[in-house]
Amino acid sequence: MTPNQTDRIATQVINFLVLIVVLILFFLLGDIILSGFPHISWHFLTSPSSSFSAGGGIRDQLFNSLYLLVLTLIISFPLALGSAIYLSEYAGNNWRTGLIRTAIEVLSSLPSVVVGLFGYLLFVIEFHMGFSILSGAIALTFFNLPLLVRSIEGSLHAVPDSQREAGISLGLSNWRTIRGIILPAALPGILTGIILSAGRVFGEAAALIYTAGQSAPILNYSNWNPTDSSSFLNPMRPAETLAVHIWKVNTEGVTPDAVSISAGASAVLIIVILLFNFGARAIGNHMYKKMTGGK
Amino acid sequence: METYDLSQNHIVTPPEEIALSTNQLQVYYGSGSRASMTDASLSFPRFQITALIGASGSGKSTYLRSLNRMNDRIARIEGEIMYRGTNINSPKVNVYEVRKHIGMVFQKPNPFAKSISENITFALKAAGITNRQELNERVETSLKEAALWNEVKDDLNKSALALSGGQQQRLCIARALAMKPDILLLDEPASALDPISTTKLEVTLKELTKNYTIIIVTHNMQQASRISAYTAFFHLGHVIEYDQTEKIFQTPEIQATHDYVTGNFG
Repeated sequence: MTPNQTDRIATQVINFLVLIVVLILFFLLGDIILSGFPHISWHFLTSPSSSFSAGGGIRDQLFNSLYLLVLTLIISFPLALGSAIYLSEYAGNNWRTGLIRTAIEVLSSLPSVVVGLFGYLLFVIEFHMGFSILSGAIALTFFNLPLLVRSIEGSLHAVPDSQREAGISLGLSNWRTIRGIILPAALPGILTGIILSAGRVFGEAAALIYTAGQSAPILNYSNWNPTDSSSFLNPMRPAETLAVHIWKVNTEGVTPDAVSISAGASAVLIIVILLFNFGARAIGNHMYKKMTGGK
Repeated sequence: METYDLSQNHIVTPPEEIALSTNQLQVYYGSGSRASMTDASLSFPRFQITALIGASGSGKSTYLRSLNRMNDRIARIEGEIMYRGTNINSPKVNVYEVRKHIGMVFQKPNPFAKSISENITFALKAAGITNRQELNERVETSLKEAALWNEVKDDLNKSALALSGGQQQRLCIARALAMKPDILLLDEPASALDPISTTKLEVTLKELTKNYTIIIVTHNMQQASRISAYTAFFHLGHVIEYDQTEKIFQTPEIQATHDYVTGNFG
């Protein structure tokens, strides 16, 4: 065989492998969206779910998912940002840094069911927080932290060292350089990381079944008092999310239209996650262009 | 490679007013006991350009970066750096203040991912200058000093990253000048630039000697002979020869210097 032929065969094999990956993705997405899309309607998105009769919607579940996401990010982002700045800017290359990195690796590989049960025992039972959005948000923080720390650290690391030197050489302190120069330069990457991790959080179910609970009490969207139990803002109320809802109607659902509800809800879930992904890309590109003057 | 007697050296003290001098400066990287820079004792004349030349790994950049304590985090530096009668290598000295007096420009242009004017005002604001008028004035003055004003005066709010390499480097010089330093350290500032940008940069540097003392590391011997008044030749962590540039390039005292400037080195 000539080198030319070998190369052609290798290229074809590689192209074929890539094609399989892309096909699997499109098959999955296509199937979910095509079978779910007909069930999505304004009514479906804006009415509460019903337990026994047909025609229930996913309004509260969709809101719960978003609210849980916001709470999770409020808890996990500051923690992740601090850890990432430490790892990228301050940590020396020693055993302590190695330990921290290993801890983060292990945290990211914990099975979600285990984290859910842990959250159930510790927050729900031990700390008397009950099935609540807050318990769920803390459990989700466990997943979100390693992803966020790694993506933020990566973005900080991608800022060239010459930027740090420039700051230091102008008489700026280390912290001032990080805050004023490194963080803004890393911002597009950090935002992308947040949005991508949000997709993961949005779709999580196993960890929430035992922490945020599986019930969706009727919410009052005009009650803005977060301490009131019927308020949509109350973080201590149980909250079934979209992903949990899908799991539930499929396992114990008794509504006659369970199949179409789960198909519709799955499609909504996938669409929202796709929006997160495209949004991440668009925002990242936009900010990069803005910073580099379109170059 | 020929080995030279590193203890043999010829170092003059310029008769002019001295802006900065080092006394027996030694630099150790890591925890090693082997000095990367040995007993460097040099005096830099005020309002002149001094060039530091030598092969890669000769210690000239290490030496330069020690002068405004940029190596603090990665190296241990012994010896004295005398500036205005103070040893600025003392741990008691405020390094942030030192770096405001002794500015630095690096090998690769490193403008911040900010607008042109923000590149200059950021450190000024951090230093406590908030008066809008004064900030604008410093932006204009420093850009004029760096010979960049005419090219960018209508684009001050555009991103600095959209400038060409040569313009970026002059912006970095303007950024350093805006702090109103005494001394400017340049670490191979032209090595990433094309010949036209390099010429512009050299003209700019010569202009700057009216108000600033400049110490420049360069690989380019023509550059050193074109712009500097004094030249120091570094070899393997030792200062071998330091004299007027003309002498270094035409009648050096030491064999190693002669071999290096004539290209018969290594």
